[in-house]
Amino acid sequence: MTDLIITGVGGQGIVLTSKLIAAAAMEKGYDVMSAETIGMAQKGGSVVSCLRIGNAIKAPMFPKGSADILIGFEPAETVRMLPYLKKGGTVILNTHPIMPVTAALTGGSYSGSDMVHYLESLDIRLVSLDADKLCREAGSPKVLNMIMLGAAVNSGVLPFTLDDAEAVMRKTVKPQFAEMNAKALRCAVTA
Amino acid sequence: MHKEFLMGNAAIALGAIAAGLDTVSGYPGTPSSEVLETVAKHNDGHIYAEWSVNEKAGMELAAGAAYCGAYSMVTMKQVGLNVASDPLMSLAYIGVKGAMVVMVADDPGPISSQTEQDTRTFAAFSKLPCFDPSTVQEAYWMIGEAFEYSAKYGTPVLFRPTTRVCHAYASIDVLDRDEYKTHENGGFVKDKRWVIFPQLSYNSHIAIEKRNRELGSVFSGYKRNVLTHGTLSRNGKRLGIAAGGISYAYVSECIESRGHVPALLKVSTPFPFPEKLAVDFLSSVDEVLCLEELDPVIERELVFLCGKYHLDTVIRGKYTDDAVLAGENSADYTKETVCRFCGYDVALPAALPQSPELPKRPPVLCAGCPHRASFYAVKRAMKVEKAVFCGDIGCYTLGNAMPLDMVDTCLCMGAGVNIAQGIGRIEPDTKCFAFVGDSTFFASAVTGVINGVYNQADMVLVVLDNSTTAMTGHQPHPGTGRTMMGEVVEKVDIESVLRGAGVTVVETVDPFDLAHAIEVVRQTAEKKGVKAIIFRSPCAVLIKPSKPLAIDKSRCTECKNCIRQLGCPGLVLDDEGRAMIEPALCTGCGLCAQVCPAHCIGGAGND
Repeated sequence: MTDLIITGVGGQGIVLTSKLIAAAAMEKGYDVMSAETIGMAQKGGSVVSCLRIGNAIKAPMFPKGSADILIGFEPAETVRMLPYLKKGGTVILNTHPIMPVTAALTGGSYSGSDMVHYLESLDIRLVSLDADKLCREAGSPKVLNMIMLGAAVNSGVLPFTLDDAEAVMRKTVKPQFAEMNAKALRCAVTA
Repeated sequence: MHKEFLMGNAAIALGAIAAGLDTVSGYPGTPSSEVLETVAKHNDGHIYAEWSVNEKAGMELAAGAAYCGAYSMVTMKQVGLNVASDPLMSLAYIGVKGAMVVMVADDPGPISSQTEQDTRTFAAFSKLPCFDPSTVQEAYWMIGEAFEYSAKYGTPVLFRPTTRVCHAYASIDVLDRDEYKTHENGGFVKDKRWVIFPQLSYNSHIAIEKRNRELGSVFSGYKRNVLTHGTLSRNGKRLGIAAGGISYAYVSECIESRGHVPALLKVSTPFPFPEKLAVDFLSSVDEVLCLEELDPVIERELVFLCGKYHLDTVIRGKYTDDAVLAGENSADYTKETVCRFCGYDVALPAALPQSPELPKRPPVLCAGCPHRASFYAVKRAMKVEKAVFCGDIGCYTLGNAMPLDMVDTCLCMGAGVNIAQGIGRIEPDTKCFAFVGDSTFFASAVTGVINGVYNQADMVLVVLDNSTTAMTGHQPHPGTGRTMMGEVVEKVDIESVLRGAGVTVVETVDPFDLAHAIEVVRQTAEKKGVKAIIFRSPCAVLIKPSKPLAIDKSRCTECKNCIRQLGCPGLVLDDEGRAMIEPALCTGCGLCAQVCPAHCIGGAGND
């Protein structure tokens, strides 16, 4: 059984990433359960997707200390969900912070690098990437989820390959965006 | 049969279609809305699907269809059941000819609801059978079984998933189209049985009580009520756990790899309670922990059965403070509680070092949301007046947040318009406003308006007309001119409805024309009687945004008025702490440009 947490901020493509992972795992013959917690979901809120891959899953959500891998699209949201990671688990981290939409009003801004340093100080397997920078290089902010998915697959924790991920991606996205996404899927590997 | 990765609500919809669904009606409400939407999406044309004007209308329509022998379903959230309870309570006495499932989604937490109402308790109150699935796969099969029991016993039945079943996804087995069930409807046959009268109700009451006794015994053999014997004892006492819904899924996962496990009673029909099965369970154990969300329904039944059968089994749960009184049972909470009861090692993960302070990301009105402009116009117009702002249910409840702070009350669907009248009766020197969205207006505020006109109330009704049901995922309603069958129809015009009800002052205003909007509010509030202002501007999510605006930094005085007045997520601070517009979020609505005292906000490219 592989337990995953995918987290970030509304609008980053977390739900789609969760669906692609589910589809790729199902292609390999696994059962999948997932649950999204998006609260009173507006753009800019915290989004968490729990995903479980295996063959005897009973519930869509799992207790703290269980996740094999945490895919964090945003540093503060990654730290927020860290209690769910199992000891020595893998964290895929986009180091680019997103300030809360209310930060200007409440002064609730924070330092992204503080979050990154905190994560670096822990006994975890941390794969950091500035995925927003990689997005700019790829020419579209919309491929953020592909970059993060590629890095997650590349970590070896998920039970499928980059080719498998690419195959389900091609079934999901519009044909004109397939090449750009395929490239983004592999950019964390080559970066 | 094949596998699909489905949301719980989609599984319920497809399970209902496979059972032979003919008609679905309902009113949107989290976490129930996707059921009806999925039926509409998979409709091959033979199913009639509608978003009804409210839950009561949906319930009655489904009843009428089932009187004809159809298989009907009505969907809603738990508080919606209160709106539909009048027809439901009587329908329980009348019964149906075909089959009828009342799909009511409960929301432990609550995550996006006013209350933690438990439909299982409503089932006992209305004397109707209730089905409670614990997983997405189970929900798929159980909705079909709910239709079968409904048809067999000629009664509407309740089907009650919770948020974690409704909104979970799972790869599940689903039937192929050629495996779907069919049935004959037979049509409506005139008969005295369809007309509720005291004598009929007296006879029905007896029949219902006898039927429910029978069902209690039938459900003891229902395959989804399960008793698993255990081997776990502690201090010489044999232990058992009783659970339902998602809590059952968490419990079974928590005990699966343990050497000795407690006896486990899974209750999938909380009403009528599977009495014989439960007595077998109670007789096999000395101490029971009940894990369920919302009301202690299973716990109450077990305590009752211990009394009825003179059993000395100890029942632990909410009544004994061994289980939490409110909120959802998370995987963490369930694991800890089960381990403590069973004497298992909890094995809590090691605490992490203190992390840097985490930012809060509260829900806010979207950038470009017309409600922000409407609230702001009223706020400015009433700045020096004594005024009360009654809110209602929808995105616009978020108007309570700072800096707008424009929602003084919020109770339930459509309540604001009557609460404003009540406040006005006691505080006649107060300007009483009621804000209501367009969908809520049709659902349940129209009667309040008529009440105010008839009783000569003094109030201002503000209809926030964004031409959709935004909060629950943009469902159509009578004012949108679209139906769930894909037809384009004549819109029901809010202004005409108001004038027809006797409201003589009805002003329709674009809230983004700020100066005009403020003036209209000021003038309207001065008039006597029930007055209405319709702020009409489409939901920002549904329209193509205009070009983002920008702040001309050479003229910006750094007063930050734009940020402090409006609280728009598109207005942020730059690296130097000065206000700037985030182009990715700005929809170009232009409200901040009208608020800026230095007039330095304009079209992009001026900085």
